[in-house]
Amino acid sequence: MRIGVPKEIYDGECRVATTPDVVTQLKKLGFDVAVESGAGEKASFSDDAYREAGCEIIDSASDLWSKSDLVLKVRAPESDEAARLRADQTLISFLWPAQNTELLKQLTDTGATVMAMDSVPRISRAQKVDALSSMGNIAGYRAVVEAAQHFGRFFTGQITAAGKVPPAKVLVIGAGVAGLAAIGAAKSMGAIVRSFDTRPEVKEQVESMDAEFLMLDFEDDEDGAGEGGYAKVMSEAFIKAEMELFAEQAKDVDIIITTALIPGRPAPKLITAETARSMKDGSVIVDLAAEQGGNCELTVPGEVAHVDGVTIIGYTDLPSRLAAQSSQLYGTNLRHLLTDLTPEKDGNIVVDMEDEVIRGTTVCKDGETTWPPPAPKLSAAPPKAEPAPAPAPVKEEEPRSFVGPAIGMALAGVALLGLGAVAPASFMAHFTVFVLACFVGYMVIWNVSAALHTPLMSVTNAISSIIVIGALMQISSTNSLTMWVAAVTVGITSINIAGGFAVTRRMLEMFRK
Amino acid sequence: MINAGIVTVSYIIATILFILALGGLSNQETARRGNWYGIIGMAIALIATILGVVTAQYTVLLVALLIGGSIGLFAASRVQMTQMPELVAILHSLVGVAAVAVGYVNFMDPTEHLVGVELTIHDIETYLGILIGAVTFSGSVIAFGKLSGRISGNPLALPARHWLNLGLLIGAIWFGREFVLQSAAGGGMEPLIIMTVIALLFGIHMVMAIGGADMPVVVSMLNSYSGWAASATGFMLGNDLLIVTGALVGSSGAILSYIMCRAMNRKFLAVIAGGFGTGGGAPAASGGEDQGEVDPIEPLETAELFLNAKEVMIIPGYGMAVAQAQHTVFEITRTLREKGVNVRFGIHPVAGRMPGHMNVLLAEAKVPYDIVFEMDEINDDFPNVDVSVVIGANDIVNPSALTDPDSPIAGMPVLECWKGKVSIVLKRSMATGYAGVQNPLFFEDNTRMLFGDAKATLDEVLKNL
Repeated sequence: MRIGVPKEIYDGECRVATTPDVVTQLKKLGFDVAVESGAGEKASFSDDAYREAGCEIIDSASDLWSKSDLVLKVRAPESDEAARLRADQTLISFLWPAQNTELLKQLTDTGATVMAMDSVPRISRAQKVDALSSMGNIAGYRAVVEAAQHFGRFFTGQITAAGKVPPAKVLVIGAGVAGLAAIGAAKSMGAIVRSFDTRPEVKEQVESMDAEFLMLDFEDDEDGAGEGGYAKVMSEAFIKAEMELFAEQAKDVDIIITTALIPGRPAPKLITAETARSMKDGSVIVDLAAEQGGNCELTVPGEVAHVDGVTIIGYTDLPSRLAAQSSQLYGTNLRHLLTDLTPEKDGNIVVDMEDEVIRGTTVCKDGETTWPPPAPKLSAAPPKAEPAPAPAPVKEEEPRSFVGPAIGMALAGVALLGLGAVAPASFMAHFTVFVLACFVGYMVIWNVSAALHTPLMSVTNAISSIIVIGALMQISSTNSLTMWVAAVTVGITSINIAGGFAVTRRMLEMFRK
Repeated sequence: MINAGIVTVSYIIATILFILALGGLSNQETARRGNWYGIIGMAIALIATILGVVTAQYTVLLVALLIGGSIGLFAASRVQMTQMPELVAILHSLVGVAAVAVGYVNFMDPTEHLVGVELTIHDIETYLGILIGAVTFSGSVIAFGKLSGRISGNPLALPARHWLNLGLLIGAIWFGREFVLQSAAGGGMEPLIIMTVIALLFGIHMVMAIGGADMPVVVSMLNSYSGWAASATGFMLGNDLLIVTGALVGSSGAILSYIMCRAMNRKFLAVIAGGFGTGGGAPAASGGEDQGEVDPIEPLETAELFLNAKEVMIIPGYGMAVAQAQHTVFEITRTLREKGVNVRFGIHPVAGRMPGHMNVLLAEAKVPYDIVFEMDEINDDFPNVDVSVVIGANDIVNPSALTDPDSPIAGMPVLECWKGKVSIVLKRSMATGYAGVQNPLFFEDNTRMLFGDAKATLDEVLKNL
């Protein structure tokens, strides 16, 4: 099959749906790839680079659309692009079917198969296809870069000859993929990072990145985790407590990055105009939810606003501002999806509606709308009913009964006394030596390091052939049978002596630092 | 030539040197010196005995020493490190033979004539020395056969085997009584021979019933027996050097057995009773179920994962020894360490076929011992590990030991590699480990399976580094 990658026509969009690297991989799956001339230009991928990777470069968009079996795009198609789609074609791109119902209807009517990269189900297996996470990661990173651009100070604290510089304080609201990426980026620039999220399960993730997780002092143990790992709408009382926390934090921090989104709803207004104004002069708010209306009341989507000395960044195209990186990740997500779609690796896609990932991603097929899919029921949080998998069978040390050992020791004592009562003195002398030697052995052996257990065995083996002394005592016998048996015994044990010591030495020589 | 006092003093010196030899093994730096102490101690004991006790037959003696010594040196220089368990087992059997021979000769040709209680005690000492020696001998030979693959590693589960063992034990005690009674009357050879046969059968049966995974326990147990045999012989001959040395070796082996049992969370008696090993035991409840899909990986991608990691943990098992992959493992380790990746090794106490087996193999491949760690030292570090590589191990990385109380290996401490970011498991197929338990690790989301011969695949990985 032939893949076509047109140039994005949306104003200001710099990304492209495939990169020369990805093309090489796609060709391995058996596809032919054609790219519209100049498609990768804004993401720093030249036509020549594509050509080198084995792409055909097609000059006009209409040619490309008509010659391709499979069209890969980043942005949802504009209506004239959608009009070019034929029933035998497949289109894969971002689509936002919930917001773009008319477009969805238009696409359905063409009879083509359309897959939306924003509708990939959030299950473990689909992580490699999850373009939203890829873009969220980039947006989070870029948000910190934008904030740094507009923030008039260092992120990191320094003590210089010209005086002390305090580190910047960053508050990240919403610790999803974008939030965590922002935490990581701000942290690595040296800022003090705090984070808040309605889902308690992300506390660990936040803390693992060395940021502080702000806890809400709230009575009900309300869990904000909804279906598919996203947040859900919280109760009014919770939101009130949350807003108070933000108002208080705003006076302290220098930068606020908001990433709070609830699927299919306008972004919650978390930073009121009053809160934003209360921030120190020179502070920056980066609103990653600007496209859905913004988390801050003062956000102007797509613009940078300045209000009372506070800069509010409302860019909606953060991934596109890191076009080379996002194209690469998005292209790889697409490649993974195509790998799943071509089980035979022969360049022919099979849309298997039984596969949960493919089913969820497909929004229309054969003239029918297949969106929304049956909801996946998996959450990133461990189910509440089941407490964290405790190491169950690690049995607690049972309080040891004293009866068993006591009886054993008493019996041993009696046996020893009985032995002492009848045994001759010479035996008792040897016996004393024996018992003491056992204890010495016990003390010494516990210090042997586990790495040396094999040499320990071979050296004890050599030493235990001290039994040769017994044979030596007998070898001078005048009885020739005795003498010969003793001689053979000496021979056998000396194999052991020489072999045991030699092999121990050989092993010990090998241990080195 | 030298008097008895000097001989005794020499024996004391030898004893002290033996204790120092064992003490020296507490770490790698002093271990070599420890081995020399052992050699010197043995030399002093031999020379003192030859000069002070032996009165004739010097030629035969020296020839026997030379022949035996040459064979020993030859074997020691030729043995592969992967064959160490076999070598140790067969050497144990020699101590057993020696104990039996010395016991018989002493009984047939006594140097002193005792009566009454002293005779009874001496007879019991003789009897015990031969009994333990014979069990050590036949048990070690079977262990050698199993370790070298000449005998199947499957446990032999005879019906009513516990009763059989009990019967053999009662028989041994009964003939012991007969022996003491007849010996007082001047006879006793017959019960002695019957007992020897019983002991040989017992040794064979005991080791035959033990499966491959329990071999470390068996080898250290036989090590212990060889010590007790020497000790019993020492009592018989009234020689303190033998008693002390035997006791040292005996307790050393006993402690090793205990450590091995603890590492598998098994009772010593349960191991001896046998029936746990390759193909043995009923499959666990979760064994037959389909636990999900495994996620295979290619050597190329493995190499990429390695190069992008900061912390790599290698967990070797017996499979590494079988595939002779330790040298490739070392090359990979060296390459990665040169690139700044922190590669470490995590060793489970029962990995391999004898205590410390993996350490010796890695040392042979020149892996520096300060990056080789014991399970207890590194088990808490796994959350920081980027890539864990499991090479030819299975049960020692099985999470069901901790999570499934019904599993046959429940409660056994395991290396918790699934807590790391990615685990790569090298395996030839999806077969179960010695315990016959399915391993849920293979189905974890962060586990990738690298199928194929460990050496071939690792060579491929190395090429891509």
